[in-house]
Amino acid sequence: MANQLVFDEMGGVEGDPRQIYAEVAHWFRQASPDLIANRKAEAEAFFRRIGITFAVYGDEQGAERIIPFDILPRILSSGEWARLSEGLEQRVRALNAFIGDVYGAREIVRAGIVPEDLILSNPAFRPEMTRIKPASGLYTHIAGVDLVRTGPDEFYVLEDNARTPSGVSYMMENREAMLRLFPELFGKLRIKPVDQYPDELLTTLRSVAPSSASREPTVVVMTPGPFNSAYYEHSFLADRMGVELVEGRDLFVRSNVVYMRTTEGPQRVDVIYRRVDDEFLDPLAFRPDSTLGVPGLMSAYKAGNVTISNAVGTGVADDKAVYSYMPEIVKFYTGKEAILSNVPTWRCREPEALAHVLAHIGDLVVKEVNGSGGYGMLVGPHATKAQRESFAAKVRNNPSNYIAQPTLALSTVPCYVEEGLAPRHVDLRPFVLSGADKVRIVPGGLTRVALKKGSLVVNSSQGGGTKDTWVIEDGPPRASQSQSQKAGA
Amino acid sequence: MLARTADNLYWLSRYVERAESLARILDVALRLATLPSAYAGTSNEWESAIDIAVCRDAFFRHYDVANQANVTQFIIAGPDNPSSIRACIEVARQNARAVRTAITTEMWEILNDAWNEMQRLRFQSFTSKDLTKFLAFVREVSLRFDGAAYRTMLRTDHYWFQRLGMLIERADTTARLLDVKYHVVLPETEPVGGGLDYFQWSALLRAVSALNSFHLIYRGGIKPWLVADFLILKPEQPRSLISSYETLNRVLDLLAERYGRQGPSQRLARQTYSQLQNMDIDTLFQTGLHEFLEQFIADNNRLGLAINDQYLQ
Repeated sequence: MANQLVFDEMGGVEGDPRQIYAEVAHWFRQASPDLIANRKAEAEAFFRRIGITFAVYGDEQGAERIIPFDILPRILSSGEWARLSEGLEQRVRALNAFIGDVYGAREIVRAGIVPEDLILSNPAFRPEMTRIKPASGLYTHIAGVDLVRTGPDEFYVLEDNARTPSGVSYMMENREAMLRLFPELFGKLRIKPVDQYPDELLTTLRSVAPSSASREPTVVVMTPGPFNSAYYEHSFLADRMGVELVEGRDLFVRSNVVYMRTTEGPQRVDVIYRRVDDEFLDPLAFRPDSTLGVPGLMSAYKAGNVTISNAVGTGVADDKAVYSYMPEIVKFYTGKEAILSNVPTWRCREPEALAHVLAHIGDLVVKEVNGSGGYGMLVGPHATKAQRESFAAKVRNNPSNYIAQPTLALSTVPCYVEEGLAPRHVDLRPFVLSGADKVRIVPGGLTRVALKKGSLVVNSSQGGGTKDTWVIEDGPPRASQSQSQKAGA
Repeated sequence: MLARTADNLYWLSRYVERAESLARILDVALRLATLPSAYAGTSNEWESAIDIAVCRDAFFRHYDVANQANVTQFIIAGPDNPSSIRACIEVARQNARAVRTAITTEMWEILNDAWNEMQRLRFQSFTSKDLTKFLAFVREVSLRFDGAAYRTMLRTDHYWFQRLGMLIERADTTARLLDVKYHVVLPETEPVGGGLDYFQWSALLRAVSALNSFHLIYRGGIKPWLVADFLILKPEQPRSLISSYETLNRVLDLLAERYGRQGPSQRLARQTYSQLQNMDIDTLFQTGLHEFLEQFIADNNRLGLAINDQYLQ
């Protein structure tokens, strides 16, 4: 599959650009190498200055690193976006319905669509949640859906992130950087803004406050602390929403109500946008050794006095084995065919599929059902024989823990790398907000790019970078000047 | 506001202020050390520097002699000095990072830039010129940080806790500076007269950026008791003890008003402030400057603890 023709979204580094890229391609082609170098340096200085960093686990030196940022934007037309956005909304509505069903009547199991043991044996399944009904029946208020593209009209969902998807701060800071670097392009093109995201997030979170909350519910962002790899994002979101950024030790529970310790004494908390994993949330309910959590939080949750966002136990919907059932899941809950396609997936738990995977391991991408961050996976065509064999052994040992997919010819967008402009593979993570009133999606999302030549792994922990994502109105151009008085009037 | 956030804001500005004070202390020591040896006489500027910086024990655990090389190195970036300039900037940034949401972008950028600069500098190979430049840089960081806070922060409790930290630290530094140098400002030393004393007094004023303003207030020559008067009792002088307490009082009142509750911090601050208001410099010298300053430093510490108990946990 490695020789499949790769779709370049700009239309290649040299050739005629696709219409939607015309303006951008023109700018970058006429720009001198000095000017480009200059803008790159400016971008680097911007990111260093605002301190947008991430930590890589197990890397002492790089305690705080900057994600490489590429200055050539990734562009979608508003037509393309409209279709994606409709598909995303449908998919996330189905995800929420599915999670509610899993912790409720399990009709989808009774209908024989998803096997029950797939749910019950899932390590992210939380039995506690069968006795808890979150406000408005919503579970994943913030979902990140990873999309890839293989052609002009072919988009696939690569995975769903229903727990604590991250990266939205990069989406916003990338835009901020681009606004500073290319004001001339923003003047010419009608690029849909993304900076309303924090407002929409806050509206969404408030809409799912428990019914016992006051009319102005108190929302907080809960972080594991400054040493977490996504701490920048946690503080960024709290800042932009104008809410407190709390750690577990700032909260306590009394009579099943959650309070935070403030300079004025205890203050009630209604909605916790937590960026802490389930098992660390409450040492009384989950890991007793967790110091990140709040003792008693789960009983306050159960009593309906606080909304935890995303809900506990949403991980049951974003594992890669459940992923393979998504087309059926979408159809079951929405009554319609899924608008967004899945990548064809072999579930190794099924003997026939396992045999196929083991026979073709060199052509496939094999993933752990619960893996993330690009860890625990094998990219068959890029692996050595020894790597394939040892991975095959792992799969044979515990087949239910793996799925496999064909290696897709992921689309590319040109990037500035050492040797100049060159095509690099990209994906897209839009962020889908589900509130009691409606679903909100900011146009665009985070484009991640695999900076190593030929690499398909876009994760920042594995040498990936990012690009700003532009959704451009492709209708008639707007007036280039404001109106002025006619001469002689 | 989260109690932890208030704690971070308070210590953040204390550490920035402390970094600046340390830079000023070194500045003065450098200046005094340039005196011809005939004048240098009994006092060792480098020893007083470590006394003001309150790191005598830690210093002599690592060095035998208090000379320029050892003291500057220790105060700037001593590996086992938790209150070195480098450590102050680092802790300040850590606090800032923990409360990115509570400070403005401008404040964060100043600290983050300063920290990046610190990572880059090679303190071991500093020349005297590098040293002077570095000390100016530290003072500038603090000035810019303070200015950014003043110009960009909302006037809410966030701002007030930030002020409290700065003021408590500032009062502490001025008091310690005077206490270590108190033998110089005692009236009895006046007859000794001559260049040395003048140089010492002016250096003391310079340490708190108050040399020019002294002349504006007093019009005459530098007299030791006037220096003490200026740095303890003149409300016009922003680094004087009374000025720090005037503002501390005001800020604590704003907090009490906002939270609808008075507490031990308000009482303690009011006590010290009215004590300062009712004092004149003659009585102060009669009862003993050193005793007064010792008492002041202890009271100021007690206020710090009271703020901690009342708001920061």
